[in-house]
Amino acid sequence: MGGVKVLLRNPRREVEVAGPVGVLPLLNKLGYKREAVLVIVDGALVTGDSTIAEGSEVEIRPVISGGAVEAGAGSPLQQPSSS
Amino acid sequence: MKCRVCREPAVIEVRRHNAGFCQGCFLTHCRNQVERVIKEHSMIAPGDRVLVAVSGGKDSLALWDILLRLGYSTDGLYIGLGIEGYSEGSGGYAKRFAAEKGAELLDVDLPRDYGYDVKTGAAADHRVPCSACGLSKRHIFDRAALDGGYDVVATGHNLDDEAAVLLGNVLHWDLAYMARQRPVLPGGDGFPRKVKPLVRLGERETAAYCVLSGIDYQVEECPMSVGNRQLGYKDALNAIEERSPGTKSAFYSGFLERGAELVAHADVDGRESLHPCSKCGAPTTSRETCAFCRLVERATSEQRRRITVGTP
Repeated sequence: MGGVKVLLRNPRREVEVAGPVGVLPLLNKLGYKREAVLVIVDGALVTGDSTIAEGSEVEIRPVISGGAVEAGAGSPLQQPSSS
Repeated sequence: MKCRVCREPAVIEVRRHNAGFCQGCFLTHCRNQVERVIKEHSMIAPGDRVLVAVSGGKDSLALWDILLRLGYSTDGLYIGLGIEGYSEGSGGYAKRFAAEKGAELLDVDLPRDYGYDVKTGAAADHRVPCSACGLSKRHIFDRAALDGGYDVVATGHNLDDEAAVLLGNVLHWDLAYMARQRPVLPGGDGFPRKVKPLVRLGERETAAYCVLSGIDYQVEECPMSVGNRQLGYKDALNAIEERSPGTKSAFYSGFLERGAELVAHADVDGRESLHPCSKCGAPTTSRETCAFCRLVERATSEQRRRITVGTP
């Protein structure tokens, strides 16, 4: 069966950890905040109290995006055209 | 964990609501949140034509999907920014979504239509890339909305975006920006109305909405945004949220309910001193050309110079 394969993003890479493993211990071990990621196990979203079985394929998908900075709230007039 | 609504197994927890949701109830929850915020803030009137700012990322595609499902009349506008190794992908996600939904996607490409890319524009105009990107997008969305006869532009700014901007504005005590940090910016004077229907959903929720709806989106982060200040503010807020779920939402909604009126006096939006840009006609506080036309002029001059001297 092997361990648990974990796909990480930004940059895309793969690590393997021993299973079974809880979602939150896995995030802690890899240094992720749970507010900042989704955990997808064998193609399905799982909650933080789930346990990941050995042999599973996991994706830790970051959800934080930077986007175009809009000083203030992004009003067309928040960065006046003369600025 | 069980779904708060139907008691079936949950697939996602939303800690600030102290709740888990199954797939169906979560999608309904997201659509209800958006519908509520649209009504509360009178964002879209019956019959309004909506132009959705679409980047190919999770927020804009979730927003477009929800607006379509709620029955609003929407078209999308995608702006290709010419960012190597990134823009081709993001455009593909936007186009595939539109094709699957049978929705209309307008397409503007900075290199093709304006002769520059964000990186060159930023360097030539002495801005950080995110600033050149924001300026370009605002101008092009405004123009497309007015030219196309749209009543409103909808953007995918979510709760995390708004909380991060608010934190930045508070840290710098920028009262003028705080006074204008609203989910609806009125139209008029050459500007379309702008609305942010996702301000009640965190970005973890918009990402989960896409995963659970089968919407394929660009997960990779824009290479130009690495290290930008807003990401730092989000990181700080998430560290607080980890220990105290609900803080981000309380921070932003508390501002709208109680803080905004305290800083309303600082709202000097400058509309009374606007003039039409001598080149494109867009409203500007400048007596001559607007900031966008100046950026285009500097960026295209830079491109021409590079071609002349043969540098890449």
